Amino acid sequence: MTELLQQLVNGLSLGAIYALIALGYTMVYGVLRFINFAHSDVFMVGAFAGYYLGRELPSETFGGGLLALAGAMVACAALGVLIEKLAYRPLRGRSTLSVLITAIGVSLLLQNLGQRLFGANPRSFPQLFPRHDFRFDGLVISSAQLAVFVITLVLMFALRWIVMKTRIGMAMRALSFNPVAASLVGVSNDFVISCTFALGSALAGAGGILYALNYPSIDPLMGTLPGLKAFVAAVLGGIGNIPGAAAGGLLLGLIETVVVALGGSTYRDAVAFGVLILILLLRPGGLLGRVQTEKV
Amino acid sequence: MLELRDLSVAYGAIRALHGVSLSVPEGSIVTLIGSNGAGKSTTLRAASGLVKVQSGSIHFAGERIDGCAAHQIVARGLAHVPEGRMVFANLTVLENLMMGAYLQRDRAVVRRELDLVYATFPRLQERAEQVAGTLSGGEQQMLAIGRALMSRPRFLMMDEPSLGIAPLLVKTIFEKIVAINRTQGITMLLVEQNANLALEVSSFGYVLETGRIILQDEAAKLRQDPQVRRAYLGG
Ligand SMILES: Nc1ncnc2c1ncn2[C@@H]1O[C@H](COP(=O)(O)OP(=O)(O)O)[C@@H](O)[C@H]1O
Ligand SMILES: [Mg+2]
Repeated sequence: MTELLQQLVNGLSLGAIYALIALGYTMVYGVLRFINFAHSDVFMVGAFAGYYLGRELPSETFGGGLLALAGAMVACAALGVLIEKLAYRPLRGRSTLSVLITAIGVSLLLQNLGQRLFGANPRSFPQLFPRHDFRFDGLVISSAQLAVFVITLVLMFALRWIVMKTRIGMAMRALSFNPVAASLVGVSNDFVISCTFALGSALAGAGGILYALNYPSIDPLMGTLPGLKAFVAAVLGGIGNIPGAAAGGLLLGLIETVVVALGGSTYRDAVAFGVLILILLLRPGGLLGRVQTEKV
Repeated sequence: MLELRDLSVAYGAIRALHGVSLSVPEGSIVTLIGSNGAGKSTTLRAASGLVKVQSGSIHFAGERIDGCAAHQIVARGLAHVPEGRMVFANLTVLENLMMGAYLQRDRAVVRRELDLVYATFPRLQERAEQVAGTLSGGEQQMLAIGRALMSRPRFLMMDEPSLGIAPLLVKTIFEKIVAINRTQGITMLLVEQNANLALEVSSFGYVLETGRIILQDEAAKLRQDPQVRRAYLGG
């Protein structure tokens, strides 16, 4: 029983990180209808931003940890906005394929730039938050895991509030449905798209730090696999669907942990992608996705 | 109030408008009629900044607006109810109306405008919390007009408001259009295939054919014109 609960905790904390990254994929897809493959490298930059900030800030304190988190989120938001402006905006209106290829190019650029700036060797990530293991009857929750749960929960509620209750969030939803109609009511599509990149990238930045806290070795290529998994999570939940991305991330984290617990750690990635294929065969729109119909 | 001068527009290599000139005086309702593919929607899209103008100019309220982005043109008081309505089907009716007031920061003003729209289209108030995608075609048209009104326009362009709507509702919608023009003093440029009804409520009309204005006259005279009767009024 305790063993099962432990796996559940581990799975959910991994899944929460996937969910944070998946949100960025799905939000960008919502407004621009393409997969921003550079998103996984924004996640990596988030981890490195946390690394450098963490060295300057007092370690193992709440204040220092939160400050590093906020700093990395801001840095990633800025990076996301910059990427959109320089790489994707000039291609607005072109075929999705050109934009996708550009996204892959940006991803490679960030990885190589990362290797040049940070070096290719893995580094160990500093403990940003106070270290503590909470024990309940054999069940162990580390403070790093707790940070994942609390921070993810707060960020998701904040995101939900922004998207559902604020003017800019309403504009994002309107734009994602019909950009022409949005511009006709006075929405500057460029501005809303920038905001979307800022939000999605900030979440990836947070994800980068939380990932590095739990798997504390970082390197410039670290984004690839979690990024791919998060992309799978976004598709699982129904690409473009925000609650779907969150649910898809948690589900994927759980599945992976269960596979590992059953002794199949070699196959964890194969199972993750196998689930993707299975779900897409059964529900092409993803778990929470639906085929949108427009009334005429 | 709105004046198009010698306007040409192309989609890639395809010229859609060849030197269209028309003007809409303040306070009036003017209709643009023409068969399918004549370039009516393109004319409106050019005026609201959705398509680039190749040559010619557009003047609104004394200022040149061609070259402005669509979201800047709404801000000047020129609203466009697009063909096919384009309501935000994933948003509620109320959210759609709020999107219409996107540029208005003063909540009291938004509230007043919302009451006005609800007074014009009580159906929208009944359905305020409903997702717009579940509305009937006629209700969506009311919503599209209501959303445009929420931007407090001085000028409203409407692209085929009767398209795909039950005949009974078409009459209602045209009555509302006239009422909005009379009571709120909003100038209008109407695009219609339902030429009879449109000319009935307009003071002036233009006939567009393959990207050129081929006829223009007072609406009452256009309705008597044998050529117009044959081509657009069914004999
Ligand atoms: N997005 C587009 N791309 C290419 N051609 C277009 C586009 N929209 C309209 N056209 C062409 O421009 C011409 C005018 O179209 P439109 O303005 O929609 O006519 P109308 O509204 O009078 O039916 C047509 O020949 C149409 O095929
Ligand atoms: Mg048309």
